[in-house]
Amino acid sequence: MELCPLIKNILLLDSEGKRIAVKYYSDDWPTNSAKEAFEKAVFAKTQKTNARTDAEITMFDNYVVVYKFVQDLHFFVTGGENENEIILAAVLQGFFDAVGLLLRGTVDKKEALENLDLILLCLDEIVDGGIILETDANVIAGKVASHSMDAGAPLSEQTITQALATAREHLTRSLLK
Amino acid sequence: MAQPFLKKDDDHDDEADYSPFLGIEKGAVLQEARVFNDHQLDPRRCSQVITKLLYLLNQGETFTKVEATEVFFAVTKLFQSRDLGLRRMVYVIIKELSPSADEVIIVTSSLMKDMTSKTDMYRANAIRVLCRITDGTLLTQIERYLKQAIVDKNPVVASAALVSGIHLLQTNPEIVKRWSNEVQEAVQSRAALVQFHALALLHQIRQNDRLAVNKLVSSLTKGSVRSPLAQCLLIRYTSQVIRESASNTQTGDRPFYDFLEGCLRHKAEMVIFEAARAITELNGVTSRELTPAITVLQLFLSSTKPVLRFAAVRTLNKVAMTHPIAVINCNIDMESLISDQNRSIATLAITTLLKTGNESSVDRLMKQITTFMSDIADEFKIVVIEAIRSLCLKFPLKHRSLMNFLSNILREEGGFEYKKAIVDSIVILIRDIPEAKESGLLHLCEFIEDCEFTYLSTQILHFLGIEGPKTSDPSKYIRYIYNRVHLENATVRAGAVSTLAKFGAMVDSLKPRIFVLLRRCLFDTDDEVRDRATLYLNTLGTDGAVVETGEDVKEFLFGSLDIPLVNLERSLKNYEPSEESFDINSVPKEVKIQPLAEKKAPGKKPTGLGGPPPGPPSTIDAYEKLLLSIPEFANFGKLFKSSAPVELTEAETEYAVNVVKHIFDGHVVFQYNCTNTIPEQLLENVTVIVDASEAEEFAEVASKPLRSLPYDSPGQTFVAFEKPEGVPAVGKFSNMLRFIVKEVDPSTGEAEDDGVEDEYQLEELEVVAADYMLKVGVSNFRNAWESMGPDCERVDEYGLGPRENLAEAVNAVINLLGMQPCEGTEVVPSNSRSHTCLLSGVYIGNVKVLVRLQFGIDGPKDVAMKLAVRSEDEAVSDVIHEIVASG
Repeated sequence: MELCPLIKNILLLDSEGKRIAVKYYSDDWPTNSAKEAFEKAVFAKTQKTNARTDAEITMFDNYVVVYKFVQDLHFFVTGGENENEIILAAVLQGFFDAVGLLLRGTVDKKEALENLDLILLCLDEIVDGGIILETDANVIAGKVASHSMDAGAPLSEQTITQALATAREHLTRSLLK
Repeated sequence: MAQPFLKKDDDHDDEADYSPFLGIEKGAVLQEARVFNDHQLDPRRCSQVITKLLYLLNQGETFTKVEATEVFFAVTKLFQSRDLGLRRMVYVIIKELSPSADEVIIVTSSLMKDMTSKTDMYRANAIRVLCRITDGTLLTQIERYLKQAIVDKNPVVASAALVSGIHLLQTNPEIVKRWSNEVQEAVQSRAALVQFHALALLHQIRQNDRLAVNKLVSSLTKGSVRSPLAQCLLIRYTSQVIRESASNTQTGDRPFYDFLEGCLRHKAEMVIFEAARAITELNGVTSRELTPAITVLQLFLSSTKPVLRFAAVRTLNKVAMTHPIAVINCNIDMESLISDQNRSIATLAITTLLKTGNESSVDRLMKQITTFMSDIADEFKIVVIEAIRSLCLKFPLKHRSLMNFLSNILREEGGFEYKKAIVDSIVILIRDIPEAKESGLLHLCEFIEDCEFTYLSTQILHFLGIEGPKTSDPSKYIRYIYNRVHLENATVRAGAVSTLAKFGAMVDSLKPRIFVLLRRCLFDTDDEVRDRATLYLNTLGTDGAVVETGEDVKEFLFGSLDIPLVNLERSLKNYEPSEESFDINSVPKEVKIQPLAEKKAPGKKPTGLGGPPPGPPSTIDAYEKLLLSIPEFANFGKLFKSSAPVELTEAETEYAVNVVKHIFDGHVVFQYNCTNTIPEQLLENVTVIVDASEAEEFAEVASKPLRSLPYDSPGQTFVAFEKPEGVPAVGKFSNMLRFIVKEVDPSTGEAEDDGVEDEYQLEELEVVAADYMLKVGVSNFRNAWESMGPDCERVDEYGLGPRENLAEAVNAVINLLGMQPCEGTEVVPSNSRSHTCLLSGVYIGNVKVLVRLQFGIDGPKDVAMKLAVRSEDEAVSDVIHEIVASG
């Protein structure tokens, strides 16, 4: 395990440091208050920096944290002190861009909360128990979005293929009855 | 997309504050979760409720056991729906709820069905969920599917199975190890991430088989790895293999180095960096090997991406600690990073520059740092201070500008930790660089004029009391100290009074004036201050004449309290006011010495403030207290050295005995630590019979038997020898453990009344020359060497005969002399043909000794050594040569 690149946590906070969605993959923060304390510290440390064009990076308490901001959203990825910084940055970029794709360009707190299900699925597709699953934003967003459309939604909201698939499903179901 | 979950509050016009979860409440959401039980499921609404539940969990809300179970059972109903989106949310919430073993059963059949579904998304996610919540018994049932999934043609499914395998390996290694063949096939996958996950799993399956790992690495380094992440992994495995194949061929190239070097030209930055870092961390890396890695890191330094700059400068910073010269080429790039927006990068750049800087660049660097210091946070400043401190110790001649810098920043704003770091640094510089003493002390004096931290003020006053009287003009410090008595709180005032008294005791000419000042303190408002003033006036002699202060008074003022503070505290608490006054001699001196074994003094950070120079490690203190508490040994004087325990029995024998050699000026005490490992025996009257016929200069004077030695509770017996005063006598001693053994009834634990006398042969023990040498380091060897002067220098050359390599020869000499290696010179770079090693120590009689060893190796492994000794006594210098000559 120790040789494999590991992610300690992924955080999405708002412009006041409050949680939008967070995911911890390590036992370093056993309680909710420990987690909150970490988030507070990370936020305070990075708040004044300008991480809007390029991902920024800092180190504290023996963790390496890479982060990037857009509008009122703050994205963070944390790794251990010996982790390859560029791998962490790749995970951050994957998360950041995938959220951008899923929210269709309007990336802010309001949109993020209204589509919280997509954000949570996105986190679920990037890292599993600390191990990196995928870093390509298009693949991540694809995995999340491909089935976000309800099968029961009105046909007008579906693409042709999805509509066909739904139709086929309805047909089989009625045949089986 | 999804509808807002709650109706928007009409009064709430502020868009920014609007949240679909405004006013969300756990109880209400749990109520809402009842829709999961509806006959006609509404997938969209169910998804929304799950999102709300996940939101609550994410915000740190907890569900009670009952609530969680209820939600879990309701969620299992949702497997009926065939809505893809809803199913995904179901997977996520099952993982979050982490159901207990008996609950898992409810969903296993649904998940197993999904695992064999035709929909890739179902298969991938069902595998991940099932592996997360399952236990070993179920695993055997689904093993077949998992093996299939590993080689599934859909990469998402394969990755899901492989990653699950990595997690399962921790709990069910024997099952996962059976998947080797499939995993090996997956390593060849064309999908990048599958290759990465497969490689990670395969390595973990084989990690305990060094040969297999070796084979894996050598086959993969030949090519065919596509994914950058997998390539990074491979680099890590490769460096592990290099590390473990310790036997470096003397001249030949390092195996796999070419692979690492090749990775420096990879197209992915993460691979380039991983390889560069791996090269810099190679054991005994040569400058030829380092160069290409440093070159790519240098390119990263001027990257537009902060992450790359940070990664590069952090790595170079580490390299600078061991190979400062290799990093010098990057100094120009590094200097431009001082103004980097990212302060972490700037700090790392500065500290790297401080490590690589040479004497001529110091002044320029300090100028740059001064502007930089004002706009970084305290934590970064502390890092810089520490770097400056070590720079100053490296270039003592530059102490003036560095000391000025420290005193300037001391005057600026800053928190306690920061100020403490500066003060500690100044104190260390004062101690190690004699020329810096006077200016350093004055800087500290100025600082306490305006210091808001009581702790720092009192520590500085204490330090002034020790160092101030020894300076050329002690009187100039008095004003600063006496000012404290006027202007500070009671704690600082009391400290200042003590400091004044120390000046009075040490500097006879100042005594009358100190008396005047101390008398004024008698009118202080605080008890402690008045008490101290009265006490010191009396101890120094009431008349205040210019006379020399008695030794006992100095001892009282400067000596350490030889009573453990805990004991004193306890005795004072127990003391009841009565006619009889409190007697300090009634305080027990014994310390509870249960950790006597081998508790190493924690940390090796330089001790800054806190009184006299760093004392010997605490175990020596503990030993000394223990020995002093035994009346027979109480008059042996001061303990010079205690050796590390030497085992006198093989492991796992009936009685385990080790010995600690305590060296006094005219005596040696052997402390035998005995352990009885037989539960059916009780030993009584345990002694060690020592035959000193091979140690002519020693004569046994006392022994202290151990009354009883029950099973598994260690005890000590002592034997003391007299030896000629101050002479480093050596000799061999043979030992016999003698005792009365009594049978113990294991059921009752009671011993029989009658015992049998018995003996047990122990191994021999030797007192060697190194026992008379204390390991005491010096922080700046060159300084110490030069200040010692060549008067008592003895130089000679020795042939050490054939040796395996230089490192072995160096270690042998260090162990023979028992001295402290300085400045890391005990480490011999592999393959080097010559080496200089610096040692320091204190020889019995408190004589400082410095040794410079120069080793050279000749063709057929013949090692020659030049030994130069400087000490305060030429006889001692000769003794060192005798030790080497006879050793």
